[in-house]
Amino acid sequence: MRSSDSSAQAAFAKAADYLERRPLVSNHRPLSWITQHVCQIVEERAPKWWWILTIVFGGMATLVPAMLTYLVSTGVGVWGLNVPVCWAWDITNFVFWIGIGHAGTLISAILFLTRQKWRTSINRSAEAMTIFAVICAGIFPAFHVGRVWMAWFLAPVPNANAIWQNFRSPLLWDVFAVSTYFTVSLIFWYLGLIPDLASLRDRATTRLRQMAYGLLALGWRGSNRHWTHYEKTYLILAGISTPLVLSVHSVVSFDFATSIVPGWHTTIFPPYFVAGAIFGGFAMVLTLLIPFREIYKLHDLVTDKHIDNMCKIILLTGSLVGYAYSMEFFIAWYSGNPFEIYAFTNRAFGPYWWAYWAMITCNVAAPQLFWFKYCRQNPWVVLAIVMFPNTGMWFERFVIIVTSIHRDFLPSSWGYFSPTWVDITLFIGTIGLFNFLFLLFVRFLPIINMFEVKGITPQADPHAEDHSTSQNHPSHSDPSLRTRVHA
Amino acid sequence: MSHPTKTLFGLGAEFPSAAALLEAAKKIHAHGFKKWDVYSPFPIHGMDHAMGFKRSRVSLFSLIGGFTGLTTAFVLIYYTSALNYPLIVQGKPYFALEPSLPIFFELTILLTAFGTILGLLLLTLLPRLHHPVFNWDRFHRATDDGFFLVIEVTDPKFDPSASRQLLQEMGGTHITEIYQDPEENPHPVRSEGIA
Repeated sequence: MRSSDSSAQAAFAKAADYLERRPLVSNHRPLSWITQHVCQIVEERAPKWWWILTIVFGGMATLVPAMLTYLVSTGVGVWGLNVPVCWAWDITNFVFWIGIGHAGTLISAILFLTRQKWRTSINRSAEAMTIFAVICAGIFPAFHVGRVWMAWFLAPVPNANAIWQNFRSPLLWDVFAVSTYFTVSLIFWYLGLIPDLASLRDRATTRLRQMAYGLLALGWRGSNRHWTHYEKTYLILAGISTPLVLSVHSVVSFDFATSIVPGWHTTIFPPYFVAGAIFGGFAMVLTLLIPFREIYKLHDLVTDKHIDNMCKIILLTGSLVGYAYSMEFFIAWYSGNPFEIYAFTNRAFGPYWWAYWAMITCNVAAPQLFWFKYCRQNPWVVLAIVMFPNTGMWFERFVIIVTSIHRDFLPSSWGYFSPTWVDITLFIGTIGLFNFLFLLFVRFLPIINMFEVKGITPQADPHAEDHSTSQNHPSHSDPSLRTRVHA
Repeated sequence: MSHPTKTLFGLGAEFPSAAALLEAAKKIHAHGFKKWDVYSPFPIHGMDHAMGFKRSRVSLFSLIGGFTGLTTAFVLIYYTSALNYPLIVQGKPYFALEPSLPIFFELTILLTAFGTILGLLLLTLLPRLHHPVFNWDRFHRATDDGFFLVIEVTDPKFDPSASRQLLQEMGGTHITEIYQDPEENPHPVRSEGIA
């Protein structure tokens, strides 16, 4: 009797342990530990690897102004673009970079509205990534207009031609969507930074740091008369960023979907582009976060649970993208339109077959490994797997753009696009620029959102004491906040 | 007391935890104090209610911003495409709702964001270069792990000794007079690291 009782108890305890939510900050770290651990990244002397990487990526980034100068001084013909392929690497790179940004806004806005507390330790770096990716994206369409000194014609200001912008064109919608997205993302990011900049200000040991962070922190003093407005502001910005992030890639997809080109003229594009953007964005978040988590020993803040969650999102969105790929084929067949059918057959078995199957392998096949717990739990395996979506999402845009236009209605005007060295070098330059900006961010700003992480610790819950006396009523509160601990 | 030349700003007390600060705030509010504030490294759940705040009015600024954005977008598109220089492009109407929606949407969002952030700055009176609470040498922990409550001298209920006693009874520690004059009581640049 007794032994069966105790074994039942043991089984019960095991089940309870299994069901209990893992705390989002491991090892019951006190608040000051969070401040110290995150701020010291910025405060200590720049490590050697940082200098090496910054110089390498900074050098790569100089390829951007170099190639653009060459482009402008010589002519847009130095890119491999020509009839019939007038959009190629430039627009591929634009869509690729802008898509990367989406994960940042998703984490900061949608996961905030859905009360996903695990977002707090990754949102800062993901939002920074968003901003840097949009900067890289903006370069391409601006220079793709050909005469870049006339790019301001895109803005609705009177010009010498006395003709206004064509508001019926999706390309102009894109200008508004991308610039709004960049501005709102920047505001949202800065808003989240204010209390953490105040932490850096209050810890400053030099006058320069105190002044710089002090000015940026706007005189923040953690007053509750401010927090009340601050929290409302954050909620509203999250609320408007949610439809914004869904709209940006939808509008980008309109650039294609509103045309009559077979392979582009597809109603599935907006949701398919958004899913792909989130997919590629999370892959990039993990690519950046896993190494920095190791270097700066952030395992207690960015836990295995965080990585696991992001892998699951990649699995979900990767499968959505796979569904969209097959649905495109189905609709092409179902339409009975020979041009549509040809566009898709050509995609998979035409001269660009290698790009298509690279895309399928990277975006549909590789993420399926995340069904296995082992693959989600080992950071280095995760890092290896997410390299596939990173590559695959570039190929996806290349496939959509180039394979659709290189063979359209008239066989006499078919062609084959090959990039020039300028195309390739400029893209490498933007990779350098992206990493260079991220390294500067890691060095000068807190990479973890300290005040939000503090807010989800057990000791931040003002009713923590009540719970310890009412252990028998677990329904009283969120179990993640119920964990004992007082530091 | 011993600082006759300085102007007193208020009386500050430190509390050990978010829970203790919340309890203290409830009591201070119940005593009918008006000019006081609490300072914490993160927003404390239930503190707005404890301090008797009404809903933040930031949303009003957002609404104004949003309407301005929508109106701007409509006027911009309608004026340029249908009034000032109507131009036939692909036989499409000069103005129609469908192609205007993306720009209506984007400008609404953009100006809502501007309105919201402007509202935040106006309601919090930020940015601000200095504030008397920064003169308190323990106050730097408000952005780290400190929980503070400050009652201002200008509060009609403020009384130097009674208020001090009240803060003490509620469990406040390091009860300190905070002075306004930054010259007399400079905010020291901290040189020691934190363990």
